[in-house]
Amino acid sequence: MIALVKRDLALAIRAGGGFGLGLAFFLILCVLVPFGVGPEPALLARIAPGILWVGALLAALLSLDRIFQFDYEDGTLEVLATAPLPLEGVALVKALAHWVTTGLPLTLAAAPLGMLLNLPAQAVPALVLGLALGTPALSVIGAFGAALTVGLKRGGLLISLLVLPLYMPTLLYGADAARRGAAGLEASTPLLLLAGISAAAVALMPFVTAAALRMNLR
Amino acid sequence: MSHKYARKGHSSNRQRCAGFHGPPLSAMRIGMEFTVTDLACRRGELTVLSGVGFSVLPGNALVLRGPNGSGKTTLLRCLAGLTPPVAGRLSFESDQVAYAGHADALKTQMTVQETLSFWARVYGAAHTNAAIERFTLASLLTRRIDTLSAGQKRRVSLSRLVLSGRPLWALDEPTVSLDTNAVAQFASAVEAHLASGGAALIATHIDLGLRDAQVMDLTPFRADVDHTTLDPFLSEDAF
Repeated sequence: MIALVKRDLALAIRAGGGFGLGLAFFLILCVLVPFGVGPEPALLARIAPGILWVGALLAALLSLDRIFQFDYEDGTLEVLATAPLPLEGVALVKALAHWVTTGLPLTLAAAPLGMLLNLPAQAVPALVLGLALGTPALSVIGAFGAALTVGLKRGGLLISLLVLPLYMPTLLYGADAARRGAAGLEASTPLLLLAGISAAAVALMPFVTAAALRMNLR
Repeated sequence: MSHKYARKGHSSNRQRCAGFHGPPLSAMRIGMEFTVTDLACRRGELTVLSGVGFSVLPGNALVLRGPNGSGKTTLLRCLAGLTPPVAGRLSFESDQVAYAGHADALKTQMTVQETLSFWARVYGAAHTNAAIERFTLASLLTRRIDTLSAGQKRRVSLSRLVLSGRPLWALDEPTVSLDTNAVAQFASAVEAHLASGGAALIATHIDLGLRDAQVMDLTPFRADVDHTTLDPFLSEDAF
């Protein structure tokens, strides 16, 4: 399993791996929004938590179809399914690799990019903590969507439709935590709920993902 | 209809391979017969094969024949555990089957060495020497997969069978894109596997020149399905 994590990360970083795709998208969004909204620092500060969370969510969504598609197309997924590794483990590792290449960089980049959006400094801890707790859920839920559509050519649109409703709780609590942080309020309730969503998703989704993969490999 | 093969020269086979350095097949697995009884498999919603029965002894190979669409791939995928059987019994678990399908399952951005090490770790093989030796990959180790020819990729892909350490090889058209030399090399790798107490099921259209290989035609096991009710394209006599 560790070998699989290493391989997936190595593949993501090498040419054509798509590492940084989500990050670049996130960066572009945060740079463009101030131009689009206009020079109103107060307005920007108010919408910044929401923009950052929506950006993180869309950036994660952007690279979902890569999670299983390449392995499916070149036959690797079949070999992995018949290998001694449990398919649930493979699903979890793939989601983990997706998180390391998208969720983690987004979390780290959120604080500097928040400055571009005039995010109040006191909101930063809640925003970063919220992203750290919430993005794992985005990756494991997204892996499930990717597994469902793995046999389809250009299943990207379908993944979005399948996965976006499942992303709503994460988005609501994540943006709420950042807003409360910005207003100087206690943010522990939404953060705990985010942690709960991620914990449940990490525990349960690999089984559903593996079942979906088995269906698609038949 | 069932095929049964006599055990022949098995003990001498084992002696002959005393110097073989491959990953050892676990002791309990050696000497086990691979029997399939009254198996029915499907592809998608369509039951393609039914009543398939055969038995392969360790040290033997069974070559599957039949025209395109006769269910060779379906049978091998079923035995590998990718598709659950519709009916019938297998005397072995799918974790004893090393499956090699049409696709090479290689990552173009990785080198041959990295590929072999990765799969060795997945299968828990101690080293990659046996795989490198059997498919003469030593000169290719530092090359990236995307710089290899189709035949070289095929060899790397097939070397994974050796790494798996599994006793039953299920091979789907393994010699596609191999030249005459590489086919002979592949045949000798299969024979070395058989000599070490393994078995092989090979779907192929060409003669591999394997000694003692049995041949089974899958056409008689073709499930009697009215395809026209299932597939609108077939009803138009499209084929």
